[in-house]
Amino acid sequence: MNIAELQAYGYFALVLLLVVVLYSYIYHLYSTDKKKGGHDYEKFSNMALNDDIGDAPVTPMSDDKEK
Amino acid sequence: MENRPLEYDYTVAKMFMFTTIALGIVGMLIGVILAFELAFPGVNTILGQGLAEFTNYSRLRPLHTDAVIFGFTLSGIWATWYYVGQRVLKVSMAESGFLMFIGKLHFVLYMVVVVAVVASLFLGITTSKEYAEFEWPIDIAVVVVWVLFGVSIFGLIGIRREKSLYISIWYYIATFLGIAMLYLFNNMEIPTMLATNAAGESGIGNWWHSVSMYAGTNDALVEWWYGHNAVAFGFTVPIVAMIYYFLPKESGQAIYSYKLSLLSFWGLMFVYLWAGGHHLLYSTVPDWMQTMGSIFSVILILPSWGSAINMLLTMKGEWQQVAASPLIKFMVLGSTFYMFSTLEGPIQAIKSVNAIAHFTDWIVGHVHDGTLGWVGFMIMAALYHMAPRVFKREIYSKSLMVSQFWIQTLGVVLYFTSMWIAGITQGMMWRAHDEFGNLAYSFIDTVTVLHPYYAIRGVGGLLYLVGFLMFAYNIYKTMSARPVEESELQNASPMGA
Repeated sequence: MNIAELQAYGYFALVLLLVVVLYSYIYHLYSTDKKKGGHDYEKFSNMALNDDIGDAPVTPMSDDKEK
Repeated sequence: MENRPLEYDYTVAKMFMFTTIALGIVGMLIGVILAFELAFPGVNTILGQGLAEFTNYSRLRPLHTDAVIFGFTLSGIWATWYYVGQRVLKVSMAESGFLMFIGKLHFVLYMVVVVAVVASLFLGITTSKEYAEFEWPIDIAVVVVWVLFGVSIFGLIGIRREKSLYISIWYYIATFLGIAMLYLFNNMEIPTMLATNAAGESGIGNWWHSVSMYAGTNDALVEWWYGHNAVAFGFTVPIVAMIYYFLPKESGQAIYSYKLSLLSFWGLMFVYLWAGGHHLLYSTVPDWMQTMGSIFSVILILPSWGSAINMLLTMKGEWQQVAASPLIKFMVLGSTFYMFSTLEGPIQAIKSVNAIAHFTDWIVGHVHDGTLGWVGFMIMAALYHMAPRVFKREIYSKSLMVSQFWIQTLGVVLYFTSMWIAGITQGMMWRAHDEFGNLAYSFIDTVTVLHPYYAIRGVGGLLYLVGFLMFAYNIYKTMSARPVEESELQNASPMGA
């Protein structure tokens, strides 16, 4: 096996890996969304919409710190 | 005093708003002068032969690019950071004397750098590396300014009340990290006073002069890895940060898909860094590297369109706002231009297309539909949104905004259409040959043919500058317009007639 062949196999493996990583991330985003206790990603949009200094944070740093 | 309710503190944001406008005017004015110099060479000596050194194209060109990139755009990024950062982290700069000091120091040192850059470039002191013209003492000062920006970002994050970081913050952090890495590596240089030549002489040249640590093809590779990613982390990433905050806020609509914003973020981060090689197609760079640059440029369409479509779909069901609000118009056209130029760029990066497009005016056209249509529109929209909240007054004139929008849109369209025609004409003429392989045209033949398009480009740029002056006037007058109540500042910005 010469270097060009090795590169080609390596290239194919890399493409495969990247596809798997990409689709796993999409799956992760959409599956944890539904589960209870997982992130509801869409609520994070409210960080921009309710951004007055008196508004309640979407996820407060900690309850005791918040007084 | 003790019982005064806590408010966001926009002192530093206001300072950078000022430099955004001032340096925008300077950079765009020089751009218009340059455009007319190309169309009418007499403009090169407009102030007479004695001052020709300071008015000729080659002396002014880096001043234009550096003023709009590192002056206008960077100031816009910082003005919005010192505004958006506080709001989405729900913490005021007034709560930290340290961060307030860092913010002000950031601005003051930035001003020092601006003066040094303008003076040195006017005097012709340059490293001759495109977009990296500053000599080593200025580079060191730039690094200090950048570190202060980082201290400000991570300092504010450190005292935040909102645990999660909004998507815009991710993009601001990426801007900071990306530019930090690119700038350091591309500006590795050795002051000539430390060097010794073959004859044993040392202390060569002026104390400020330096040479790049890289040579030949390596220098070109590092330069375009930097150059293209300056587009990524200066013109794309922080501007996406802005639109992810300002469009939802101004329209009152939640981002269409927050998940898509996360996915496009990682996509953009991974893909962008590999695309710089497309600047070196058909050069001495290894062929596989050129191919990689092309491929990654084409893949780049996906994350770019992910963000742009996400923005346009945020307006779903609310399109009447585009008709009603000039501020929304700026942002929607901005994201449309973003889609457009992120399709155009990959097309130009395809090797066979690049064979025609390389070194032609089409590239210049591409840069400007991105910067004028996307970066410029988004920064102006951001400042329009900020102005009523920062000055607590309504925007001075809505009709002036509408006129500005149409004048500038016409300007951008004239700019890129003329450069398309000019670029493709140029590319075809350079390649044309007879049956024996003799070139069909000489260089001056192309110059003659391109003249009208250069004149149209100058007019397009002039219209954009006129619009920018209208923007500056509108913001200036806003400072004395009708005061507004807190309740008027929820979403849509209040505007006078």
